[in-house]
Amino acid sequence: MRARLSIGAMLAAALLALAPVAASAATPQTSLSEVESEVMCPVCGTLLELAESPQAQRQKVFIKRLVAAGASKERIKDALVAEYGQEVLALPDGDGFSLSAYVVPIIAFVIAVIALGLGVWKWRRAGGPPDHGGPTPVGPSAAESERLDADLARYDL
Amino acid sequence: MSARSVIAVLAVLAVVGLLAFGLLSKGSSGIALGDPAPNAPLPRLHGDGSESIADYRGGWVLVNFWASWCGPCREEAPALEEFQRRHGGDSFTVLGIDSRDLTGDGREFVREFDLSYPQLRDGDGGTAHEFGTTGVPENYLIDPQGKVRLLVRGPITAEYLQQEVAPLLAGPKS
Repeated sequence: MRARLSIGAMLAAALLALAPVAASAATPQTSLSEVESEVMCPVCGTLLELAESPQAQRQKVFIKRLVAAGASKERIKDALVAEYGQEVLALPDGDGFSLSAYVVPIIAFVIAVIALGLGVWKWRRAGGPPDHGGPTPVGPSAAESERLDADLARYDL
Repeated sequence: MSARSVIAVLAVLAVVGLLAFGLLSKGSSGIALGDPAPNAPLPRLHGDGSESIADYRGGWVLVNFWASWCGPCREEAPALEEFQRRHGGDSFTVLGIDSRDLTGDGREFVREFDLSYPQLRDGDGGTAHEFGTTGVPENYLIDPQGKVRLLVRGPITAEYLQQEVAPLLAGPKS
């Protein structure tokens, strides 16, 4: 009797331990729309969310099935890579050569900013104002001053 | 030429080079009659391991690119199976290559049409790209020396198989 009870308790404990796993397996962790915006339709060469070809329809069914089984987005993407290869990913992963897709634009941006800064600095040095004074004052010449004084005298009331 | 001009020319050349590399790496000129068939190994659709077209060297191979989602592939499958049953053996086989398809769907297709000829998987379409296919189905008859002898874009028919392929199989192997 005691043996039966202990077996029953062990089974119950095992079921309880498995219950969260079973529940999480049935709970969707992602959605078709989330996945299809990050993967390609290999035949159409467009994002899956924009594709309606027969191949794309099959791919969407495949994703829906995995979503219903509770698979995460990353697991679904891994499954798609196993089926169609790396090119099914709309965004390259961050490993190996694919890393260059992220690093090269950053490097290019930094180089562009430095080049722009250097250009502005050189331009200011070449055409900008001298450090030791403002713009050269351009006043009237002596003759002009004389004429101006004469004119003003004429209107002196 | 000033240093500034040299830098500008080099920058333009770099951009043009990158564009050319992108176009060349994406594009495919395909293969023509008489060209050697690509021989990259592919995984089997059923079971483990891989095979390549070269494994069938010495006999004729009708390479059939197909996919389960392709309507015309369904039309031609019975004709290919019938031809395989009549002519398949040491000196000839149809070799199916399931391209850009889900493994499960591909296997279901093979089961549905009761296809008996060997099947390989080309999930990423790499081999189809090497052949220069424009879609599925496409068929390439490879001679015993591994060169392309016939090319059929679109579904192949029982008539074509009898009139164009069968006489080649009956002739000398070279």
